[in-house]
Amino acid sequence: MSRLIIKNGRVVDPSASLERVCDVAIEDGIVQHVGDNLSAAGAEEFDASGLVVAPGFIDMHVHLREPGFEHAETIESGSRAAAAGGFTSVCCMPNTQPVNDSANVTSYILDRARRFAVVNVFPIGSITKNSAGEELSAIASMKQAGAVAISDDGKPVMNARLARRAMEYARSLGLPYIEHCEDLNLSAGGNMHEGIESTRLGIRGIPRSSEDVMVARDLILAELTGCRYHVAHLSSKYSVEMVAFAKARGLSVTAEATPHHFVLADTDMPAYDSNYKMKPPLRETSDVSAVLQGLKSGAIEAIATDHAPHPGAEKMQEFERCPFGIIGLETAIGLSLERLYHTGAISLSKLVSLFTAGPAGILSLEQGSLRPGSSGDVTIFGLNHEWTYDVNRSPSKSRNTPFHGRKFKGGPIATIVAGKIVWRFED
Amino acid sequence: MSAGLLGIEPLSRNDVEAILARSKYFQPAKGQTFKRLDTLRGRTIVNLFFESSTRTRTSFEIAAKRLGADILSITAAGSSVSKGESLVDTLNTLVAMRPDAIVMRHSASGAPHFLSRYLPIPIVNAGDGTHEHPTQALLDALTIIDRRGSLDGLRVAIIGDIAHSRVARSNIFLLSKFGVQIVLCGPASLLPREIGCIAAGIELTTDMVKAIDGADVVMMLRVQLERQHEAAFPANEYFQFFGLRPEHIERAKPDVIVMHPGPINRGREISSEVADSQRSAILNQVENGIAVRMAVLERVLVQ
Repeated sequence: MSRLIIKNGRVVDPSASLERVCDVAIEDGIVQHVGDNLSAAGAEEFDASGLVVAPGFIDMHVHLREPGFEHAETIESGSRAAAAGGFTSVCCMPNTQPVNDSANVTSYILDRARRFAVVNVFPIGSITKNSAGEELSAIASMKQAGAVAISDDGKPVMNARLARRAMEYARSLGLPYIEHCEDLNLSAGGNMHEGIESTRLGIRGIPRSSEDVMVARDLILAELTGCRYHVAHLSSKYSVEMVAFAKARGLSVTAEATPHHFVLADTDMPAYDSNYKMKPPLRETSDVSAVLQGLKSGAIEAIATDHAPHPGAEKMQEFERCPFGIIGLETAIGLSLERLYHTGAISLSKLVSLFTAGPAGILSLEQGSLRPGSSGDVTIFGLNHEWTYDVNRSPSKSRNTPFHGRKFKGGPIATIVAGKIVWRFED
Repeated sequence: MSAGLLGIEPLSRNDVEAILARSKYFQPAKGQTFKRLDTLRGRTIVNLFFESSTRTRTSFEIAAKRLGADILSITAAGSSVSKGESLVDTLNTLVAMRPDAIVMRHSASGAPHFLSRYLPIPIVNAGDGTHEHPTQALLDALTIIDRRGSLDGLRVAIIGDIAHSRVARSNIFLLSKFGVQIVLCGPASLLPREIGCIAAGIELTTDMVKAIDGADVVMMLRVQLERQHEAAFPANEYFQFFGLRPEHIERAKPDVIVMHPGPINRGREISSEVADSQRSAILNQVENGIAVRMAVLERVLVQ
């Protein structure tokens, strides 16, 4: 029997409406008790005085690149980066090579994860075969094999009829349908948000409307089909409004936002710096405010990183030739504290919820709670210690981040998966 | 990173005035042939053109030679670029041969800015994608000043594919520093509203007659079919609504200057009558290109 006692932390568990200083006992990988003065006899002890003890954080949107792009990231390296960022669970998008469009690939990912990952890995299956947008993947088989949602992330389902069928099918399985909302005709050739900045720099723009058109279409289809519909990386102010509207209509609609979309705007990009290039692109300050507002109001219930590793050589090119995406696992908590908590925008409990009960609810995961009987996944983080992000020390295989060298106040201190400490902060 | 000339936007008005004053100095006196100077003797300049160009490349070559520099031109076709070498590797290879400056044209906006972060030698931007073409704006300004004495109080209409034009952007940045009234005109789908916000003093119109009304200078832009990734305007009626014809000239100031960065498409954006008229400064622009590029190369290479 293995036992871990986390002593004297400020335990914040939105799933149990709990926020007070107490202890957490984990036995054989399962949360046993949350209470005062729990006996530490024979147990490993972690002194969490002055720290926040939360259910293990879940990043519902990452790219682990394995199989197929192991030079950029692997399930092992990505999971280590997740642990270093305070995440105990990640959901990996299916745009691997081969695409995760069958039970075989789903099983392969889960098998590799069991052997090499230090955090929980939940695969997301593709909506269409090879994410080509032509015919449906083996969605039910992938669910049986362990897929927790479907998405053609990065390659939105442009054919509305096919999207409708996929939503109907997903609904019958109880699987959430996750869309990367981008009308590919409107965004074609674009490399950053279309606005004054892109016009000044002579870079072809990705208009906000390319996101809005797709969100609008999908919300209509979500109402038609009754499926559980989720908007990935919401970035446009109008899309935030539409999601709030759909919720008010009673639709089963959820949304996530990335830290970079609530921290950075297009004007923050040093000219032609590809570490600021991603999809959806960094938008205008009014969009950043709207995303923040959406997190506050509950229109957006999860923070996800869209961790998208690309090796250096791919980012060392002309801006327009560089691939889209940045890594984000290790900076998510720091950025969220900076922009959401230290500013007083949201409470600590709400912040924890955006990383735990929020995504767990969207995906129907058992994770994200410290109630006795839950998986012994715990994220311990500090609110005030100062640290600087050095991407060159990252366990990720890639270095594409705009946050290298950024100073943070507060961040992850220890990551515990099934009662085992898999990462600890070292100054 | 070393100081080159990446664009007009980061320059101050004083910087621009200094370059223009030096360009004036390099203009050959009327009827005289130009003597070769030795200002840049022993210096090597690489002219690296990833996009085809005749006039800009030749103009830089002549400018460099008149200053006594050695200049070597490389075009993308036939170089290692066409063999799949990355931009950074190509440039590193060239830098290892220790040229003193690189003049570069590239189809990607920001390509020279990206390279200047990694390369130790100055880069002169000879046109990057749809971003800037700084020496074009400088030679345009010199051409206007030749005829008008200064840029003060002028009204300049720029007409054509504004969205994709690096010539337009560099001219906007330059003219705005001098308080010039700038009117941008083109089909609405090639005239993004946002371009009115990139500098001060810009007005937008899709009505060519309005644009030309009272203009001191009319700059026509080339219809760049190669930069159209989509059919953003109906090409067959372009000349009818946006082509410069003699009847337009009557709406402008009597001594209006008609300019065009070349190469011109006769009957597409400008009629032959106008292009060859007394009002046309198109060949003066070409001539001034050499003086301006001499001033720029001198500025970049002589500390």
